[in-house]
Amino acid sequence: MLLIIVFLVLESIPALRRVGVARFFTDDSWHPATDASQGEFNVLPMLIGTLSATAGAVTVATPLAVCSALFCHFYAPRRMAHAYRRLIELLAGIPSVVYGFWGLVVLVPLIANWHPPGASLLAGIAILTVMVLPTIAMMADAALANVPREYLRAAAALGLSRWGTVRGVVLPAARSGLLTGVILGTGRAIGETMAILMVCGNVVKIPHSVFDPVRTLTSNIALEMAYAMGDHRSALFVSGLLLMLIIVGLVAAAELVSKGRVDG
Amino acid sequence: MADRVATAVVWSTALLVTGVFVWLLGSVAWAGVGQLSFAFLTEPPRNAGRAGGIAPMLVSTGLLLAVCLGVSLPIGLGAAVLLAEFTSPRNLFGRFVRRSLDVLAGVPSIVFGLFGNAFFCIYLGMGFSILSGGLTLACMVLPILIRSTEAGFRSVPDEDRTAAAALGLSRTTTLLRLLLPAAMPGLIAGLMLGTGRAVAETAALIFTSGYVDRMPSSLMDSGRSLSIHIYDLSMNVAGGDANASATALVLILVLLLINASTAQIMDGWLRRRLIAI
Repeated sequence: MLLIIVFLVLESIPALRRVGVARFFTDDSWHPATDASQGEFNVLPMLIGTLSATAGAVTVATPLAVCSALFCHFYAPRRMAHAYRRLIELLAGIPSVVYGFWGLVVLVPLIANWHPPGASLLAGIAILTVMVLPTIAMMADAALANVPREYLRAAAALGLSRWGTVRGVVLPAARSGLLTGVILGTGRAIGETMAILMVCGNVVKIPHSVFDPVRTLTSNIALEMAYAMGDHRSALFVSGLLLMLIIVGLVAAAELVSKGRVDG
Repeated sequence: MADRVATAVVWSTALLVTGVFVWLLGSVAWAGVGQLSFAFLTEPPRNAGRAGGIAPMLVSTGLLLAVCLGVSLPIGLGAAVLLAEFTSPRNLFGRFVRRSLDVLAGVPSIVFGLFGNAFFCIYLGMGFSILSGGLTLACMVLPILIRSTEAGFRSVPDEDRTAAAALGLSRTTTLLRLLLPAAMPGLIAGLMLGTGRAVAETAALIFTSGYVDRMPSSLMDSGRSLSIHIYDLSMNVAGGDANASATALVLILVLLLINASTAQIMDGWLRRRLIAI
C-alpha cells in the first residue's frame, strides 16, 4: 500500500513541480508534451467525463439495484429469488472487457442509429449502469437481510401493506447499508477503465449533451501510457494519484456511513 | 393502490435486469459459438487474430494466474494469520493495515497498472513480462484474499483456542491443525474472488505483461492474456469481432468453470473433514 502511494507520488513529482497543480485545471486544453513548458495539461474535461459518467450510472443503477434486492426479499417466490441472486452474482463476475465488447458491438450501433456518433457519454452510462448494478444490488441484498425480523413482524402486526412495510420500515432500517452499497458502486464506476474506453469515443472535451463522446481519467491513462515520455508520463501518474485520492475519500465515506455516524 | 404500483415496479425491474443479462450473454454466445472449436483452442492466431485460435493467450493467462496465486497465496495467508491471531482488533497497527487494505481493494485497476509499470517493469527491470504482470495482479488480489481469510479466522470461536491451549498444544499446532482447517472456507472464497478478478483483468496488464501474441517461452517473455486479446481484437483489428466474441465466450466459460470447481472442491473437502472427525 505505502509502496504504491510512494511510487505514484515519486512518479508524479516531476510533473507537479514543473507544471504546477493549478495548470492541471486552468490550461487551455490537454496537449501533453514530453517537456512541460510546451504542453498543456488540463485534466478538467477528463475529470468531468469521469464524474458525469459515474453520476449518471449510479443514478440509474441505484433504484434498479434496490428494487432487485427488494424483489429477492419480499416479492419473489423463494426459488425465483434464489435463481435471481445467482444471476446477479454471475453478472458481477463477467469481465469488464466483455461488457465493453458487448457495448461496442451492440449498444454503440444502436445509439448511433438513434443519434450519431453512438460512441458517447450515454453508451458509457449504460454500460456502467449494467456493471455497477450487481455491486449495489448485492450490498443492498445484504443490508436488507440485516433488518431485524422483529421489525417485519411488528409491521405485519400493524397491518401494513407490503409496500407500506418496505417504505416505512425496511428502507429506513437498511439505509446505511444501502448507502454503503451506493458508495462502493461509485468507486467501481470511477475506477472502470476498459469498458468505458471501448464505448465512450475518447474525445478530450467537456461534453455538452449525453450524445457527445467523452474521455475519462482512467481511459486517458490506458490510451496514452503506451507512448508517454518524460513530463507527459508523469502527468499520467498525477491523474492516477487523483483517482486514488477520490477512492480514499469514498472508502472513508463508506466507513463513516456504515458506522452509522452519518445519517444518510 | 400504491402497493400494486410498487409490486409492478419491482417485478418489472427484475424482468428488465434478467432481460439485459440474457441479451448480453445471448449476443456474445450467438456471435461466438460458431467460431468455437477444438482447433480454436489449440492453434496460434493468424492474420492479427482475425483467423486462427487463441492457444498462446490461454497459456499466458494460465501462467499469469500461476504467478499471481503463487505469490499472493503465501503472503495473503501470512498476513491474515498476523492480523487475525497475533494482533488484537483494537491494535493500532492492525487497524492501520486493515484500513489500508480496504482502500487498496477499491483502487482502480489502472492505477495498479501504473504502479506495476513503474515498479516491476522499470524499477526492478523486469520489462514487459508475464512475471511483472503476475506480480501486479498479485498486488491487486492480495487485499481481497487477506480480508476474506481474516474473516475466516475470526469466525473460529474463542473457546476452540482456549481448548487447544488447555490441551497444551503449541501455537503452531493450533494454527495448523485447528485454525487453518476452520478458516479454509474463507480462504477459498477469497481465492475464488481473487482468481475471478485476476482472470478478468485487462487494464492492469496492458502496461505490465505486454501485448505480444506469440506463445510465451518463459516467464520473462511478454504474453497477451485472453482479456487483452478481446480488447485488441475489438478495438484495433477490423474484422476481428467474431473471434473476439468467441474469446469472450471462452473467458466466461473459464470463469464459470473456476467457480463451479471451487464449489465442488470445497464440498468434497468439507465432507472428508466431517468423516475424518
